[in-house]
This record gives sequence, structure tokens and C-alpha cells, in this order.
Amino acid sequence: MRFSLHAIPKDYLASALMVLIGVGATVKGTSYNLGSLQRMGPGYFPVALGVLLSLIGIAIGVVEWLRRKPVEAGSAQKAAAHPPEWRGWICILGSTIAFIVLGHHAGFIAATLALVFISALGDRDNSLKDAFLLSIAMVVICVVVFSWALKMTFHLFPWG
Amino acid sequence: MLIGNLIGVLPGLGALTAISMLLPITYTMKPVAAILMLAGIFYGSQYGGAIGAILLNLPSHPPHAVTCLDGFPMTKAGKGGTALGITMIASFFAASFGITVMLFASPALVAIAFKFGPAELFSIMLLGLLAGSTMSRGAPLKGLAMTVFGLLVGTVGTDVNSGEMRYTFGFIELSDRVELVALALGLFGIADFLMNVNRMHTVGSTMKLGYKEMRPSKAELKQAFWPMVRGTLVGTLFGAMPGTGPTITTFIAYALERKVSRTPERFGHGALEGVAAPEAASHSKTQVDFIPTMSLGIPGDAVMALILGALLVQGIQPGPQLITEHADIFWGLIASFWIGNVILIVLNVPMIGVWVKLLQVPYRFLFPSAMFFIAVGVYSTNNSLFEVGEVLVFGIIGAIFVALDFPVAPILLGYVLGPLVEENFRRAMLLARGDMTTFLQRPISAAFIGLSTALVLAQLFFAARRALRKRPAATPANPALSEPVAASED
Repeated sequence: MRFSLHAIPKDYLASALMVLIGVGATVKGTSYNLGSLQRMGPGYFPVALGVLLSLIGIAIGVVEWLRRKPVEAGSAQKAAAHPPEWRGWICILGSTIAFIVLGHHAGFIAATLALVFISALGDRDNSLKDAFLLSIAMVVICVVVFSWALKMTFHLFPWG
Repeated sequence: MLIGNLIGVLPGLGALTAISMLLPITYTMKPVAAILMLAGIFYGSQYGGAIGAILLNLPSHPPHAVTCLDGFPMTKAGKGGTALGITMIASFFAASFGITVMLFASPALVAIAFKFGPAELFSIMLLGLLAGSTMSRGAPLKGLAMTVFGLLVGTVGTDVNSGEMRYTFGFIELSDRVELVALALGLFGIADFLMNVNRMHTVGSTMKLGYKEMRPSKAELKQAFWPMVRGTLVGTLFGAMPGTGPTITTFIAYALERKVSRTPERFGHGALEGVAAPEAASHSKTQVDFIPTMSLGIPGDAVMALILGALLVQGIQPGPQLITEHADIFWGLIASFWIGNVILIVLNVPMIGVWVKLLQVPYRFLFPSAMFFIAVGVYSTNNSLFEVGEVLVFGIIGAIFVALDFPVAPILLGYVLGPLVEENFRRAMLLARGDMTTFLQRPISAAFIGLSTALVLAQLFFAARRALRKRPAATPANPALSEPVAASED
């Protein structure tokens, strides 16, 4: 998320994110029974945590603001150490989603194949062939180790 | 154990990843076997990490960063084998010492622990959480934020007292809490891959190592002996303190060694002492770390939190009762720790060539395979694909946090301790009729609160001092607020 937001110092984003989570937790938490300090309801502890997290979030932001002020003029934003890696990210996330979907509908062989194949493609050094061979190897491991040796319960095929 | 060793050798996969990947397998085992396996993985990966650090200058997990400083120059000077040999001896020595300490300290601790009520437990956990979040790497405030986030994640699920569903967002699967394995693998597995994909390039190395090269000479042994002892003591001391990470421990051991050395200029250019001391420190700390985890149920760091989680899954509640009620487990564990260390040495001497080869497996093959093991491992915890989704979500969250310079390990600590903290806080309040001063009125509890306060004040003090030194002209607006800034700059 910081990739399109490079101009904003990292710690402001960090601060905002913590406040967001904290406030979210607090708001949701108040919908549960709060109770009193003596007899706490299910909502008491989460709300306390939510408030605490928001305060910490604000503190992170304030600290960053105090720190930056004296050097405002010449503050060169540290360049991101790495360029965004969309291909790798999409492949890793996509492969996991594929695993879930295929695991539901098409059995574990297809799911494993997809998972390893797609995530291997996330690395630019892997060719289609490499990725395919690796995924075949993993399917073999999946069948031999997990299904046959460890007797894990899952369907290898949609009809299994 | 072997698997742990293997995973530890591979760069980029630390002990946390290794343990969380194998956690599901232990669910079907007997408790002692399960803990043994996890501890074995832990030792193995720790030792494996040293191999990578010394031979390739790649610290696979942070505590070994220090070992790189002198270990890699030794390799360049053709003494890599000796460095590995010394590491092995140092870690064995340190682990044995740590186990001995554990043997004597635990029963004593238990005697005290039986006096603990909810208020005391809450206070000591507070101390552990504070220490864990402020003394890990990175800015203390951010560590604290992550701890609180972890505590929040820990509240997801059914409330024990009222049965009310909290933060489940309508997912029935979440009523049984967030799955530990999914959380750990998301934060330390997937998030890691997201950060490292296309950025890791394995360095090739054509090293040949045999038993002969590993045997240090008598002079070298003598040279390494005292550093080893000092490192062990540092590790023991820090292991006893909850929340101090292994990285800090090894750095302190290294710094101490350099201070006492008559030839400090050799450090960084392949000083044997610089390898022996930190490695000894990290291993003795590991052992001693088990003391608070087992006898009080309070993990010192994220790895211990995972092991504690595994114990809870096994239906064993670590705490003072563990040693009295499950004496067999406790003593069995201690005995097996030592045996585990012996086996590790026996295994490693002939296997070292294999590990070196493994180091050359390229990341592009490594991470898709690891993805598969993660997916299957998580699935197998409950035989449900919902957990795989959880991994994905925590992977994304973890990657965002890491990108924003948050340390993620405290999340795990918070998650595991969360329910215990809440439970004891509630009980303490119930007993004290809502009187918050109960934490100060009970002496043991007050001592822990005092320590926590001291910890925070010390952080503020050091930070303020650093801030003053850096900007002698400017008066810091508020030392309290400039604190994490200074700390984040080292």
C-alpha cells in the first residue's frame, strides 16, 4: 500500500493504520456487553485494547512529526529499498486462492499443481517448464507423503 | 530434528517458520514426542543458521547476524571448518549448562509460583509482554503496537465466560479462535515470501568440508574456552529475563567479548572468540528460556510462544502444576533436551557436506515448495480450507506490517498470551471487587509492576540521553515522545 503513497513518510502510514485498527476494534467491541470493572463482560477487554492501540497509533504519528520537524527543509525521503513486485505478489496470492478454490471443487492434485505452478511463476527466473516440473514433483510428494504415508483425509480427485 | 536442521540451513527460513510448518504434524503425537520434535527443530534450525552464517555470510535468522561478523572472515581465511567445529562445541557446552540451570531453577521457581494468584499472573505477563515488545528489534512503540494487535487477535472467537462470539464477522470457523498455525505461517511464511520474491539470490559456494577440517586444534580450543563460558553466562542471564530476544543476547555476548579481549582489533576479521561467545549465548539462552515457559506458562519470545501454543493444543497447561501433575513430561523433556543436543552433534558432523550443498538450492525452487507445505500443513490442522484463507489474510497483513517497519514477532506473543491475560485480569478484578490497586497491594505482583515500570523508564532514559546527545542545542520537547525515535535509529 505504501507503493502508491511514497510521498507520505512510512511512520504516518503506520500510525494511521494502527489508529484505524484500534478504532475499528473499539467500535465493534462496544457492540458486545461491556459490563463493569468488577464483572467484566465480553466487550470490556477488547474495547480497552482497541483504545490502547489507537493511542499507540497516535503516539507513533506524533513521534514521527516531532522527529521530522527540525529537518523539514532538507528531508530527503529515503527511497524505497525495492521496487514493487507485482508479479511475485499476484502469483503468491493467486496461487493460494487457486488452492482454496480447486481444493474445494477439483481435489488436491489439481489444487497442488495450481499452487506450486502459479507461485513458481512469481519468480522471474523460473521458466514455464521449470515451474511445471516443480509442481509435478510436489504433486508426487503430496500423494506419496501426505495421502499415502500420513493418511491425511482429503480428496485427491473431485470424485475421490 | 533433521528437518529442523535442514530448514535452518536454508537461508530465509528461520526457526519460527520451521516450527510453525511442522506444528500440524505434532498434533497427532504424544505430548512429550511433540515437544521433543519442536525443540529438536528449534535446536536444529539454530545450529543450521550458524552454518549459513559462517560459510556464506547469510544469517538465516537475526541472532546469527553477529556470527557472520567473524565467522565469514574465518571462512575466507580457510578456517570455516574450525569455526563450525567451535560453534558446535560452544553450543553443546552452553546447552548442557542451560539444562543444568533449568534442572535446579525450575523446582525453586515452582515453589514461588504456587503463591501466584490471578493478580500476580497478570502482572508477570504484563512484564513479559512489555519486555517482549520493547526489547525486540525496532522501535519500542511499534513493538508495543504489534503486541496489542496480537492481544486483539487473541480475543477473536468465543468468549469463555459468556459464550458470546467476538470479532468473528459471521464466520462460524472463527468461533474456535484464530488458528495458531495459520497465524504463524501467515506472518512468518507467506509474508516473508511476499517480501523476498525476486529479491533473494543465493550465493554459490564450492566448499568442501570434512570431519578433519572441523576439529579445532588444542590452542584454538583454549582460545575459545573462556569466551564460551562468558557467552554461556550472558545467555543464561538473559534467558531468565522474559522477553529479551536472542538477537540482543548474542549482540551483548559479542560486545562483551570485544571489551575483555586484549586484541579487540582482531574482531571482525575472523576472531575465534567472536564466533564462540555469541553462539554459546544463544544456545544457553534457548535452554533457560524454557524455564519461564514451562514453570509459569509465560513464553519469553515468539518461538517459546509457539511451543507454548503446541502444549496448549495437547491439553497441557504449562504452569506450576505442570511439574507436579505431569512430572513425567517435565523431567522427560529435560532429559531429552540433552539427548537431543547429543544427537544433533552426532548428526551434524557427517552431514555437514549435505547442508552446504543444500544451501545452493535456489530460492526460486524453494519458495513454491514451501508454499505447498504451508498450504497442506495448515489444511491438516483442522482438515479445512478455511484455515488456508486465514494464512493468506495474515500473510498480507504481515507483509504490510513488515513494509511499515513493524516487528511481527510480538503479534504471536500477544496472541498466545492474550486469553491468559484477559482471564487473569478478569479474575483479579472479580476477587478485588473492581479495585485496580490490588496489583500494587500484593507484594509479588507489585514487584512485577515495579519491574515493568522500571523497564519503561529505562527505555525513556536511554532514549532521552541519546536524543540529547544528538541535538545538544535543541531541547527535546518531551523526552517521553522522542524515545522510540532514538531507539529506532540504531
